[in-house]
Amino acid sequence: MSIEENRMGIVVSGSSNKGVEVRLDANTSVEDMVVGRYVTIEGQKRRFFGMITEVLLGVTDLNLTQTPPDTKDPFIAEVLSGTSTFGTLQVMPYLTIGGDIESVVEGPQPVKTVPSHYSAVKLAEDRDIELVFGKEDKERFWIGNPLDMETKLCINLPELVKRSNGIFGKSGTGKTFLTRMLLIGMLQKSACVNLVFDMHSEYGWAGTSEKNRSVKALKQLFPSKVAVFTLDEENSRNRGVSTDYVVKIGYNEIEPEDMSLLRQTLNLTDPAVEAIYQMRRKFGNEWFRKTTELDDSEETKELLNRLNIHESTFQNLQRGLNAIKRLPFIQEHTEKKAVSHTIEYLNRGINVVLEFGRYTDITAYILVANLLTRRIYSQYRDKTEKAMSGSGETPVPLVITIEEAHKFLNHDIAEKTIFGTIAREMRKYNVTLLVIDQRPSGIDEEIMSQMGTKITCLLDNERDMDSVLSGVSGKSELKSVLAKLSAKQQALIFGHAVPMPVAFQPREYGSAESYKGFSDKVNDTEQAQKDIEDLW
Amino acid sequence: MDNHQASDEIRLKECAVNTEEIERIGEVIESATSCFTAQCYELDRFPALGALVKTQNSTRQIYGIVFNASTEGIDPGRKPLARGKDASSEEALYEANPQIAKLLKSEFEALVVGYKEDDRVFHYLPPQPAPIHSFVYLCPARDVTEFSRSFEFLNTILNSSVTLPHEELIAATLRRMGLVQEDKHAFLVAAGKHLASTLSGDFNRLRTILERIRE
Repeated sequence: MSIEENRMGIVVSGSSNKGVEVRLDANTSVEDMVVGRYVTIEGQKRRFFGMITEVLLGVTDLNLTQTPPDTKDPFIAEVLSGTSTFGTLQVMPYLTIGGDIESVVEGPQPVKTVPSHYSAVKLAEDRDIELVFGKEDKERFWIGNPLDMETKLCINLPELVKRSNGIFGKSGTGKTFLTRMLLIGMLQKSACVNLVFDMHSEYGWAGTSEKNRSVKALKQLFPSKVAVFTLDEENSRNRGVSTDYVVKIGYNEIEPEDMSLLRQTLNLTDPAVEAIYQMRRKFGNEWFRKTTELDDSEETKELLNRLNIHESTFQNLQRGLNAIKRLPFIQEHTEKKAVSHTIEYLNRGINVVLEFGRYTDITAYILVANLLTRRIYSQYRDKTEKAMSGSGETPVPLVITIEEAHKFLNHDIAEKTIFGTIAREMRKYNVTLLVIDQRPSGIDEEIMSQMGTKITCLLDNERDMDSVLSGVSGKSELKSVLAKLSAKQQALIFGHAVPMPVAFQPREYGSAESYKGFSDKVNDTEQAQKDIEDLW
Repeated sequence: MDNHQASDEIRLKECAVNTEEIERIGEVIESATSCFTAQCYELDRFPALGALVKTQNSTRQIYGIVFNASTEGIDPGRKPLARGKDASSEEALYEANPQIAKLLKSEFEALVVGYKEDDRVFHYLPPQPAPIHSFVYLCPARDVTEFSRSFEFLNTILNSSVTLPHEELIAATLRRMGLVQEDKHAFLVAAGKHLASTLSGDFNRLRTILERIRE
């Protein structure tokens, strides 16, 4: 192994805080260097792994910039390149591995120092990436390739789902594809069940690519492990999706806490929210039906007086409740409770994708997501607490996927919603979140900082970038990487599940070939063949 | 001078063919640690500017680079006079005044840039200056390629306190050395890069040299 072979430069200065400066050798073209690429640095005693965070041009003498030489002459250009004019890189070292056997066994450790002067720097090779991220195995899932590399980038999924995670990116940058792939990974490699609140019906049966091509989603790839629930049976039928259960929500299933979350979307005033609790005390489980049925009679007025609710407050409340009542999946009576049904599936280890069909209205989404999650979470909490006391089994870890997360987790309501609680309490009760959002700046700071792993596609709003990178060391360096991701099919992952941040190109998804690697029976070529036939 | 330089180059190339042949061109008449002056055996038969010359004795060869050449009267008090008013050609002038060759002398100065001892070349000053009356030889191609494997001598020229045209001399030296290299372009680029790092803070000097050695 020769270091000199693919050496591209040497370390000339550095700080443990801001990273090291690498001067490129004359024969390394600065144009081949890409922000976000991986490099290894051979220090005297240890190896460092880092990421290129900036590429700069330098000159030894200011005269070169003020009176540029005749660059048409190839001789002069050749002499000057790499000597008087040169490229430099800013490299942020993230991990280090010592030279002795003990350190090699221990694996890469977070970096606490910098490589010494003139340490050789070279582009990371496949085996370096493998050393850092591990090979694809029963726990590690191949999510894509580091930028400009052929190596498989793998992440440890059981580790990933131990914390709440976020996927961010502008609209159209590939969040949905990334999420779908990650969900598949969880199905394949981690012992967890998923509950997906699928706002745009893209994860259950089939999704669409930007080119309007239909791509398979979870149920098609894992028929035995996934159940598709729908709120909109007709829509699902029209799309040819075979659903396992049609979710209907009874009036008596709605609790005041579910309403308080809708305060913003329904334009409820604070007194109106307070009135809901009073109604609940008054009418018990039937509060929703009874409140909406109250008419303009004297009796009502008397009741309101007694409860000390102002009439305008009551009108505000009724308007809100009626908006909910109009949602077709809200019914007076339901045969079976959606909550218990969902939990039954989850307990059997079957992943549930809840399609919203045409009800992509945010009111419906927040109501249903919050309602189900709150019940499920409390059941999980009970079970986990029992398990802690030794009188039951620990429930299977649950990952709840929510879209448009800033509506649930914004600063005003994050404290109150169940999602805020889950995000903060993390894995204590074996429930974590997978948050998908395009405006991360809308999400409460505290929750953002508690997220374990963040995967972000391109963001171009300054506040969004700051919010995604909050609490990350080397923030400004990562920011420059993030800002330079291409608009499609590139993402940056950092946090708990990966030893160091990495910009990567997500694995291909959507071709018949790609399904082979994703489907339930990885080695079953017959199944793959069948899939291919099905597709065409 | 041009004619001389051209013929010099031809000689150098001839030497390159027959590597054993070395040509004696003069004798040291003034010697110091950092430079020496030699008198040519024939009037106006100078080595070229930037040529690598050497003195040789049993233990040590001292390398010098020619940086100045001059012809003047033997007696410093008597200046040569113009004599060719009626001569038909310069050759005719010499024929008519055979004493010229005896009354004038040609000298050149060489900057000491290294030495060779026990078959090893050192690119720094020798412990002693060249002995007076040492014979001075024009280095054959073999010596030039051997000596030019390292560019340290460029630093010696650049940093020399002897009054000499530094940039011109470096350019001339590199041009001449380039003639005997297998890959002239690569040689000049490598030398250029060496200079670029040495003169990293002085681009104007670097530019002057590069302009003079580009092909």
